[in-house]
Amino acid sequence: MTTPTLKCKLKLRMPDLQAIGQELAQLLKKQNADYIEAHLEEGQFSSISYRGKQLESISKTSSIGGNVRALVKGGWGFVSFNDLNHLQEKVALAVKQAAFVGKEVSQLAESKPIVENVKAKIKENPLLIPLSEKKQLLDEYNKAIWSTSGIQTSNLGYGDGHKKTVFLNSRGSFITQERTDVTLRAVAVAAKDGEVQQAGLSEGSRNDFSPIRKLHKAISELSQRAVDMLTVPTVAGGQYTVVLDPILAGVFVHEAFGHLSESDFVYENEHMKEIMVLGKVFGGPHLNIVDSASRPGLRGSFKYDDEGTPATKTYLIREGKLAGRLHSLETAAKMKEQPTGNARAINYRHPPIVRMTNTYIEPGSSTFNDIIADIKEGVYAKNWYGGQTSMEMFTFSSGETYMIRNGKLAEMVRPVMLSGNVFNTLMNIDAIGNDLDMNQGGGCGKGGQSPLPVSNGSPHIRIRQCLVGGK
Amino acid sequence: MEKILALAKKVAEEAEVYMVSSEETPVQFESNRLKNTQYKQSQTVALRVIKNGKTGYATSTSMENARQLVDDAIATAEFGTKAEFQFPALQEYPQVAVYDPAVEKVTLEQMTQLGEELIARITDYSPEILCEAGVTKANFELNIINSRGGQANFRQSVFGIGIEGQLIRGTDMLFVGDHDGSCHPILKTDEIVRVTLRQLELAKRLAKVSTKPMPVIFAPDGVISSLVLPLISAFNGKTVLEGASPIGDKLGETVFDKNLTISDDPTIPYRTGSRSCDDEAVPCHRTPLITNGVVSNFLYDLQTAAKAKKKSTGNGHRQGGLPTPSPHAFVISPGKSGFDEMVKSIDEGLIVEQLLGAGQGNTLGGDFSGNILLGFKIEKGEIVGRVKDTMISGNVYQLLKAITAIGNDSKWAGGFLFTPSICCSNVSVASR
Repeated sequence: MTTPTLKCKLKLRMPDLQAIGQELAQLLKKQNADYIEAHLEEGQFSSISYRGKQLESISKTSSIGGNVRALVKGGWGFVSFNDLNHLQEKVALAVKQAAFVGKEVSQLAESKPIVENVKAKIKENPLLIPLSEKKQLLDEYNKAIWSTSGIQTSNLGYGDGHKKTVFLNSRGSFITQERTDVTLRAVAVAAKDGEVQQAGLSEGSRNDFSPIRKLHKAISELSQRAVDMLTVPTVAGGQYTVVLDPILAGVFVHEAFGHLSESDFVYENEHMKEIMVLGKVFGGPHLNIVDSASRPGLRGSFKYDDEGTPATKTYLIREGKLAGRLHSLETAAKMKEQPTGNARAINYRHPPIVRMTNTYIEPGSSTFNDIIADIKEGVYAKNWYGGQTSMEMFTFSSGETYMIRNGKLAEMVRPVMLSGNVFNTLMNIDAIGNDLDMNQGGGCGKGGQSPLPVSNGSPHIRIRQCLVGGK
Repeated sequence: MEKILALAKKVAEEAEVYMVSSEETPVQFESNRLKNTQYKQSQTVALRVIKNGKTGYATSTSMENARQLVDDAIATAEFGTKAEFQFPALQEYPQVAVYDPAVEKVTLEQMTQLGEELIARITDYSPEILCEAGVTKANFELNIINSRGGQANFRQSVFGIGIEGQLIRGTDMLFVGDHDGSCHPILKTDEIVRVTLRQLELAKRLAKVSTKPMPVIFAPDGVISSLVLPLISAFNGKTVLEGASPIGDKLGETVFDKNLTISDDPTIPYRTGSRSCDDEAVPCHRTPLITNGVVSNFLYDLQTAAKAKKKSTGNGHRQGGLPTPSPHAFVISPGKSGFDEMVKSIDEGLIVEQLLGAGQGNTLGGDFSGNILLGFKIEKGEIVGRVKDTMISGNVYQLLKAITAIGNDSKWAGGFLFTPSICCSNVSVASR
C-alpha cells in the first residue's frame, strides 16, 4: 500500500491534500446524489502535562484523514477514514448509504460555489516555539502553583495544534483553511484534615501563543484561592439574587440559551417550533444575545463553516425577543430561513452539525457597583468549572464565589452550582453591565463531538431568584 | 509495527508500539425516522520510547511515516519523565471472551428494523413523543509489541442500541430513554422499551418538592451521574500517590458502609468494558476496591505502580496520550432490598434517574451537585409524580458511610458500571 505521502519524501508530514482533493472533486462529479461533499484534514499536535511537581507526559501527534458525506432523497450517508486509498469506493459507499436511507425529497439551502485558499493570520506560531521554551514557561507556571503553602497536588495541561482542512462539494466549492489553537488548563488542589478543595483556570487562544505567556499572576492567585476555600463555609441551598462575572455569565449564555437556538433541535419538531417562534419574548428589552463567527481572532472564529457557508453575525435575542437561530444548510432549508454558517465538526471523523461559535450578551450601561448596590443578601459567582444543558433545564458551576451583603461584597464561600429553567431565568436578568469580556478557555460538547473550540462572553449580569445548590 | 519497533530500537534503549484500529457502523434515527447511516474506519499507532532513562511519546494515524514517528518520540524523550518501569515480557493472558463474529454479520436492514421497532413501540404508547434512536455495530483490534519481547493483541466486537424520547407540553420538556451495549448483537428491544415506558408512565404527573434534606434512591443511571465520578478519581493510584485522594491513606480501614462492596472487573465475558490485557500489555484481572466497607486496593498502571512500589493492576488506559490508571468496569455488589420495598419505606423522598451537571465542582473532595433531569417524588411509600426545577447536592463520602438500603436490581449503566439502586438518607434538596 502506498499513499501520496510517500511520493514526497522531503515533506513527509505535509501530504498533498490539494492533490487528493482534486482527485475527490473529479469523483464527486460522477455520483448519483442530490448533494455530496468531502473533507480532508491534516494536523500536528503537541501536548505537555504536569501532575504535582513533576512533568507527567510530553507528546507529539500527527493525523491525516477525511470523509465523504452524501445526500440522496433526504437521507444522509457518511464515510470517514484514515486510509486515503480507494477513494472511489468510499465515495460510492457514502452514496449507497444515503440511497438506503432516503425516501423523501432532499431539502438543502442553496450555496454559492467558493474556491478559495484562506491563509491563517498567525501572530506568534506555537508550532515554531521549541519544546524547551514551552517547557520552561510551564515550569514557571508549575512553580507559581507550588509557591503557596497548603497545596497538595496540581494539574497543568498545555496543548497546541495546527490543522489544515480542505472542503469540497458537488456544487463546485473547493476551500482550504487552516487554524492554530492553543489551550492551557491549570488546577491547584489544596487539602487539610481530610478536606480537599480545587481551583482551576482555562485559557485558550486562536492563531497566537502570546496570551498563554502572561498567566503567572492568575496562576498564583488560583493556588491561594484553593487553599482559602478549605476554610470557608458552604452556601445554604435555595433561591438567591445572583451576580455573575463576565466569564461565568458567558458560560451561562452558552448553556442557558445558546444550545436552544441550535436549529437541529427545532427544525423537525413542531412543539419546539411553537416554543421558539421568532418574536417571542424571552427577556427584558435590555437583553441582546449574539453568535458571531465573523468576529475575528476568537476561538470560535472562521471564514467558512464545514459546509462552505460564509460566517455571519446572528442576533439570537434582540431587545428581549427571539430574533434568529443557528443553521446548517439543511435546517435553514427546512425552516425556510437563511443559512448562518454554523455547521461545524470537531474533525473529519464526524459529520458537521449545528454548533455555536462565539456567543455573547451585548453590554448594557450598569457598572458593577450599580449592579450589587441594592442586593441585601445575594451570591457573586465568578469564574467557571463547567456547564450542561437539557435545553429547558441547565446547570453551570462557579470556580470562585462570595456572598453579597447590604450592597457590598462580603465573605468568600465554597464554589456553587447554579441551575435554572430557560423560560424564566432569562426573564429574571434585570441588570446588564458595561464590561463585556470574552472567555477563550472553553470547549463545547454535543452529539459525541467534544471539545469544539468556542468562546463565550458577557458583561456582569444580575439574575433574580436563581436556584443555588448547597447544604 | 515491527518496522517501527526495529527503527526505534536503533535509537532508544526500550520501545513499545501500540496500534488500535476500528470499523464502526452507526445507524441513526431523528424525529422518529431514519436519518443517516455511517461507516467509520480509523487507526492510530503510538510509539513509546525510553531514551537515556526518559520517556518519549508520539502518535500518528498513518503507518507509513515510521521515521517521522520515531523522530517525534525521540524529540519528546529529551524532556520526558524518568521511566521507572519495564515493559512486560511475553506472557500468558487470561481468556476473556469479547468477540462475537455475529456482530459483524448484522445487516443494515436488521439494524434499521431494530430502530424502527423501538420507535414504533414507544410512539404507540405516546403518539406525541419525538424519538432519537441509534443502533451501532463496531469492531476494534488492539496490538501491542515491545522491545522486551512482549506482545499482546485482542479483537472486540461491540453492539449498541438506545433511544431518547422527548415529550413537550407547553414549555415543559420531558426526556426519557434507555440504552444497552454488549459484545453480542442485541436483537431484542423489550428491556429498553419496558424501561422507557415505565419512565413515561411515572412522569405523567408533576409533584411538588420542598427545600430540605430527605432520603434519595439513586437508580442505576442516577448512581453513575451522581456518585461514581468522585470514586473513580479517589481509587486512581496516581491521585493516591499524590496524596490527593481522600481515602489514599485508608487502605485496610472501614471508610464506607459495611454493605458496600465494589470491584473493578474486566473479566466478565462479552461486556464492552472487558478485555484480556490493558493498553500496555499487562494482563487484566478483577481488583476488589471496597470489600464490605473496607478500602482494599487502588488502580495502577506500570509507571504509577513503580513509583508507588506496587504492582500494576492492569489498569493502564490511553486516552490519546500516555497510559494512565483508569477502571475497566466498576461492579457494585447487589444488596437484598427490592426497589418497591425501598420506595415503600420512604415517607417523603426522591428517586433520581438522571442528574444534569455531574462532574462539575469539587469531585476530588467527593462533592456532587446537579439538577434532576429525570426523577420522581415519593410520598408515604408511593411514587406520586415527576420532579422538576430541583437540585440535589451532597458528598459521596458522607452519603456512602451510612447507606439506608442497597437494591437487588443491578443493571449496566453507561457501559462501565454494573450497579443496583442505592438509597441514601439526608441528601440536600433545593427546589423553587
